[in-house]
Amino acid sequence: MDGIHDLGGRQGFGKVRHSPTAEAFHEDWEKRVNALYSLAVRLGIFNMDEYRHAIERMEPRHYLSASYYERSLTSLATLCVEKGIVPREELEARAGGLFPLALPSAPGRTNSAQRERFAAGDRVRVTTDHVPGHVRMPAYIRGKTGVVVSESPAYPFPDAHAHGVEAADEPTYDVRFSTSELWPNAADAAFVHVGVFQSYLQRLA
Amino acid sequence: MSDPGLAFRSTASVEQRVDAIEAAFDARGLEPAAFIDQAMRMAEEEWVPQRGAQVVAKAWTDPAFRQRLLASGRDAVAELGITMPRHHRHLVVLENTPTLHNVICCTLCSCTAFTVIGLPPDWYKDLEYRARVVRESRTVLREMGLDLPADVEIRVWDTTADTRYMVLPHRPPHTAGWSEDALASIVTKDAMIGVARL
Repeated sequence: MDGIHDLGGRQGFGKVRHSPTAEAFHEDWEKRVNALYSLAVRLGIFNMDEYRHAIERMEPRHYLSASYYERSLTSLATLCVEKGIVPREELEARAGGLFPLALPSAPGRTNSAQRERFAAGDRVRVTTDHVPGHVRMPAYIRGKTGVVVSESPAYPFPDAHAHGVEAADEPTYDVRFSTSELWPNAADAAFVHVGVFQSYLQRLA
Repeated sequence: MSDPGLAFRSTASVEQRVDAIEAAFDARGLEPAAFIDQAMRMAEEEWVPQRGAQVVAKAWTDPAFRQRLLASGRDAVAELGITMPRHHRHLVVLENTPTLHNVICCTLCSCTAFTVIGLPPDWYKDLEYRARVVRESRTVLREMGLDLPADVEIRVWDTTADTRYMVLPHRPPHTAGWSEDALASIVTKDAMIGVARL
């Protein structure tokens, strides 16, 4: 989905609020959320793609205003409700107030029928697919051209794995893009390497 | 006594919401408290940059290990007792040189090799870094205190799949002859993300 989470290349943001001694956690509840979602994954209540997608499905104003761990919490609660582990009413009764959840999911999809094996040096184009469900193709590479650097081991296909759709595992390709291809005349000179699933790639003649 | 219907019109605090999930898990016999204790210990003792620093120091002093690390990161860090979650099937180690600088990010969420380089710092997960570093890498690095010479090539690695990355920093010339422990002591999480050079 072309969601608000897909931030790469968006303009208008200010300086990174960096400190060399930055912490991973600021509050005790953040550590508990991090553990609880991990426990749910361990117990097989949901997988990492479902978890990521439930964050992406948060109402955009909620997504942008929530901290990282509030997004984790919202995904965890949404999936526990959707999977029938805990009714929302029980969560709200226990919390003593409203418990905002992510919005419903749209359908997923299986692997592309035209998957190809690529080798280092192959020139590829990213497909121009627009899908309503989970996808791990950042919008800034859609339709763009790059060069294959290497192949990864096969992973579950996220577009299917986040939606309970049957699919084969497939490799990702480390594809190197130039920022002048991604944002012509509007980016710092650099290369951007993206792990692109095989189903998102086409060979360039 | 207030109307119980009214109490439900405001959003519960995040702490109350976490308590609610934990209590719901507990009521179902999922034993969240023990798992939380264990995860907190892991976060403090295991998922820390000192692990990755040890990997870097060994790569700087042991050329055969460096070769194995660059060829197959996951297997090489396992030699030092560092495990990665099952779904992190691949660790790619990115070697900086005087003329090449690598930096990692995750524009879609905030994925990291947290069992190797430590849990991601707050700014790594924030909107600014995720939005800007792929497009304005040189500017963002300069703002963060790393002003790279114009002839240094920048490569930004966006963690869009479950392959994980870590930067192998360039060894500072003044450290010739140092022990592995002394070398490890100067390696920071920022350097393994690639927003600092040593």
